[in-house]
Amino acid sequence: MQRVAVVVFPGSNCDADTLDAAHAAGSDAYFVWHRDTDLKQADAVILPGGFSYGDYLRSGAIARFSPVLRAVTAHARAGGAVLGICNGFQILCEAGLLSGALMRNAGLKFLSRPVRVRLEATDTPFTVQYERGEELTLPIAHGDGRYVADPETAATLEANGQVVLRYVTENPNGSTHDIAGVCNAGRNVVGIMPHPERRNAEVLGGQDGARIFLSLEARNATQHAGDMRAVDGRHLRV
Amino acid sequence: MSAYTVEIRVMPRASLLDPQGQAVQHALQALGFAEVGNVRAGKHLVLQVQASTREEAASKARTMCDRLLANPVTEDYECNVSQ
Repeated sequence: MQRVAVVVFPGSNCDADTLDAAHAAGSDAYFVWHRDTDLKQADAVILPGGFSYGDYLRSGAIARFSPVLRAVTAHARAGGAVLGICNGFQILCEAGLLSGALMRNAGLKFLSRPVRVRLEATDTPFTVQYERGEELTLPIAHGDGRYVADPETAATLEANGQVVLRYVTENPNGSTHDIAGVCNAGRNVVGIMPHPERRNAEVLGGQDGARIFLSLEARNATQHAGDMRAVDGRHLRV
Repeated sequence: MSAYTVEIRVMPRASLLDPQGQAVQHALQALGFAEVGNVRAGKHLVLQVQASTREEAASKARTMCDRLLANPVTEDYECNVSQ
């Protein structure tokens, strides 16, 4: 059983759903307030969706300076698993834990609907339960979801296999290379725009998002099978 | 120490799509302002800053931009200091 800290900022609104999804996957999940500086021995940290600080200035720009982010950064630097969903992804980019940034959707409209995405990296703590190339239906709900990175950064992400999720059939927000989610070079920090916590049971229309949370537990259960090593610059599960 | 007024202009980087500027451009053209070309929309911030010199006020403002007010990945900024 993994200890999963779900961080709550003023303006988070997917925190309860995210906690439920982590509980449903069998994790010992609990809330951590943004003013806390202790993650209480978390194995993984999730920054949930929402509108922290009203999205003032830029989405995630102010939350990035919350006291809890110092603890989250230390956890990430030590190799701990961190997942940012939607606003959480924006915060991780603003904090410099992920490269790139999220800008206003190309079509300006706030989009709240299911989209098709392809799972492109299975060697992260949140995606080991998926097959590479698997297509999923996951809901998006964002106004600032257009992932941008300069051409060099985008080329590096592609070369290192750091694109975790990519929109297929249509790109809803005009993101660079159709990117819907990325991870850092160490592969322990992941940011995604779609909301897996809103699609983890049939009653919610499908369970394509459930394995994001189940992956954490699976990795724990089969610690050795889940070990990763770099072979010829590519990351393989061994 | 004296009080300086720092005006900061934050603009989306020229190479990036600015959908808000485009929407304003289309709205202006729809209103009959056919002479309007490219429109870009940014932010204007006005800060009161205590500093001993104008240079110090400008330097503090640049640090504020680098750390919080502008995103180095997507935005450029300019600072203008007056007393």
